[in-house]
Amino acid sequence: MATHAAFMPGAKVEAPTFWGAVASWLTTVDHKRIGILYGSSAFIFFLIGGIEALIMRLQLARPDNTLVSAQTFNELFTMHGTTMVFLAIMPMSAAFFNYMIPLMIGARDVAFPRLNALSYWIFISGGLFLHVSFLAKAVPDGGWFGYANLTSHQFSPTHSIDFWMLGLQILGISSMLAGFNFLVTIINMRAPGMSLMRMTVFIWMSFVTQFLIVLAFPAITVALILLMFDRFFGTLFYSPAAGGDPLLWQHLFWIFGHPEVYILILPAMGIVSEVLPTFARKPLFGAPVIIYSGITIGFFGFGVWSHHMFSVGMGPVADAAFSITTMLIAVPTGVKILNWLCTLWGGSIRFQVPLYFSLGFIAMFTMGGLSGVMHASPPVDLQQTDTYFVVAHFHYVLFGGSIFGLFSGAYYWWPKITGKLLDERLGKVHFWLMMLGFNVTFFPQHYLGLIGMPRRIYTYAGDLGWNFWNLVSTIGAFTIALSFLVFIYNVIKTTRAGKVASADPWDGRTLEWSIPSPPPIYNFARVPEVQDRDDFWLQKHGDGHGGAPRPRPAPVTAAEIAAIHMPPSSFWPILLALAMAMMISGLLISMYQVIVGGLLTLYLMYKFAMEHHRPADGHGH
Amino acid sequence: MADHAATHAVHDPNIGNTGLDHRKMGMWAFLGSDCMFFGSLIGTYLAYKGKSISGPTPHDVFDIPLTSYSAALLLASSLTMVLALAALQDNRVKVAAWWLLATAAMGLHFVLNQVYEFWSFVTHHGLTLSTSLFGSTFFVLTGFHGAHVTGGVIWLLLLVSLAWRGKLDRRDYTKVEVAGLYWHFVDIVWIAIFTIIYLIP
Repeated sequence: MATHAAFMPGAKVEAPTFWGAVASWLTTVDHKRIGILYGSSAFIFFLIGGIEALIMRLQLARPDNTLVSAQTFNELFTMHGTTMVFLAIMPMSAAFFNYMIPLMIGARDVAFPRLNALSYWIFISGGLFLHVSFLAKAVPDGGWFGYANLTSHQFSPTHSIDFWMLGLQILGISSMLAGFNFLVTIINMRAPGMSLMRMTVFIWMSFVTQFLIVLAFPAITVALILLMFDRFFGTLFYSPAAGGDPLLWQHLFWIFGHPEVYILILPAMGIVSEVLPTFARKPLFGAPVIIYSGITIGFFGFGVWSHHMFSVGMGPVADAAFSITTMLIAVPTGVKILNWLCTLWGGSIRFQVPLYFSLGFIAMFTMGGLSGVMHASPPVDLQQTDTYFVVAHFHYVLFGGSIFGLFSGAYYWWPKITGKLLDERLGKVHFWLMMLGFNVTFFPQHYLGLIGMPRRIYTYAGDLGWNFWNLVSTIGAFTIALSFLVFIYNVIKTTRAGKVASADPWDGRTLEWSIPSPPPIYNFARVPEVQDRDDFWLQKHGDGHGGAPRPRPAPVTAAEIAAIHMPPSSFWPILLALAMAMMISGLLISMYQVIVGGLLTLYLMYKFAMEHHRPADGHGH
Repeated sequence: MADHAATHAVHDPNIGNTGLDHRKMGMWAFLGSDCMFFGSLIGTYLAYKGKSISGPTPHDVFDIPLTSYSAALLLASSLTMVLALAALQDNRVKVAAWWLLATAAMGLHFVLNQVYEFWSFVTHHGLTLSTSLFGSTFFVLTGFHGAHVTGGVIWLLLLVSLAWRGKLDRRDYTKVEVAGLYWHFVDIVWIAIFTIIYLIP
């Protein structure tokens, strides 16, 4: 049996049938296809989470509204938060990790291609499992943070919390597997000559993010295991009556939850660090310092979790300690913002859509950062906790930060991924509508919070002075929705009849622009030799100080392409993910299903492991 | 070019550009993550130590000699694991299989001791998952360690079966080395758990 698919130069892949095409996507181990799967699934979940937000905004548009009940409102904000964090922003980042990491380090795939497929299928089963709760009429309603002991059997007797807790557990497994994979990929698969400091900043930020994922997720895994034992097997971890402390949940959750904040923002920071130098036609200002700042943020990210808990009364010593670390973490963040601005300084800037979104990121994220530093002070935080001020703050960093950054990346890499250019004019319309809508939605929420409007209330009386700004906020939310309709229209229009993208439409700086758009399955016909962070730019333009452009490598020969071996597709990842989903969902249905699913999981893990037993030996048999 | 193509064809896709094996590095990444997993569980145990408001205390129930014997078994199994890898690297496949089997047997003995320990706690001392915070934290922490050992035993037995079927030799030593990394890690975690739960009063 051949263990590797070889590429005959000039041989065309025959046009597959419809079911053949479906099967090829279900069994793909190509990092680019998995990246596309991640990106499109995440965008669908993003739309679902967005619709949940719109319903909430409609409910809050005027006082004493009765569009949804209090219970439905609880379900909406729980699913909105959970969806946006775990099913939209994280997998959108994962889409870029998948697609771009191998391209930017000059590799042909990730270290474990089948594990990569497994991560995706586990992710999708976790997302579907969470949403099955709508069909089961037991929608999670405990908030995305699921504070104990509201989640106990006593206060949440239905399966709603079970769906949430098991869904997050499934998603955590997916994220951690992907984390191991990308860590090994980045350390072990860089092209010859690419030392750590020659990696581009997006790779660096992804690298830090993977460390955060593999080190922070175990804390929520344990928190959820303890919750699962409390709910299913009668343990007492979060039971005050038995001496248990509900704060245990808060500590474990935020030991995960604060690094999670950086898991959400660092990839976007990496994208912005790629887009700015490309469109300013200038190297990233102080790139090593941006890298060190990213590492510092990752490190400090583990030491600030209790600033989410100032209002529970931890005492002055703990409050002071976490207050200081929180203020400190603003320093490397500020350093980055300064460096991005200095990258633009003196550049020959081309105002194109990816740059618009990156500039939007800098402006909006800075505002979110400033309100964040305000919360670092416990007395101020006590005023702001559980008000709309906090809602405004984290939307400025998550939407104004992560989403702007991710869409900058989407516009930037779209031609590389699809081979078509998105329409510039529609892109700018998308940007301005989103920028306007975003600020109209969330800026008034600062004010609403400061005049006392609490979070998570499903309605309010008309004489509190909140009516006008709530209506404004709702109008803003629909403007954001409109901006995404423009984006979807842009995608449909340009997919049908868009301009074909060249290999290097932006005059890019990094390796992914040196190969065709979209890239061939093997990415690099010849693995490049890297001499600099902006290697491709130096090949094209020299160093800008009179140095001649670096000689380009000789053309690739047909024999070289024929010698490339890529791993064949595999159906074990999707089967294994299904078996795991069967095992975990069995906890809500029957123990027999858990046992059968568990045995099936074990068997499929064995088949998975044995599929390429002795890969180096494949040609000998 | 033909030479280049030929060397490329036999290049082991598991070896990265640093010269290190992907699988080994992946296992180290997993173990780093697992440190945080056990760290959180041990942290929970310590946070709740002495906070139980009813039920037997740790020193009412612990059988230190039995658990010491279990700990010794697990530590000894790390030695046989090393011997198995060394034998395989010398291509003494039969010997390696026996050492792997010995490792699995000691691991299984450890798990059976733990099953007996849990059973005696439940029946003789009335300590269950829902008796007290001590019961909850103790059974969940040591139970997850036991689950790790059980997973390791299954893994080792699969390697033994590969060896017996002639599918494991010197070329595959990394598979045994990676299993060994996991096995030694589970041992080390037990040293921490044994000290923190059983030995410190």
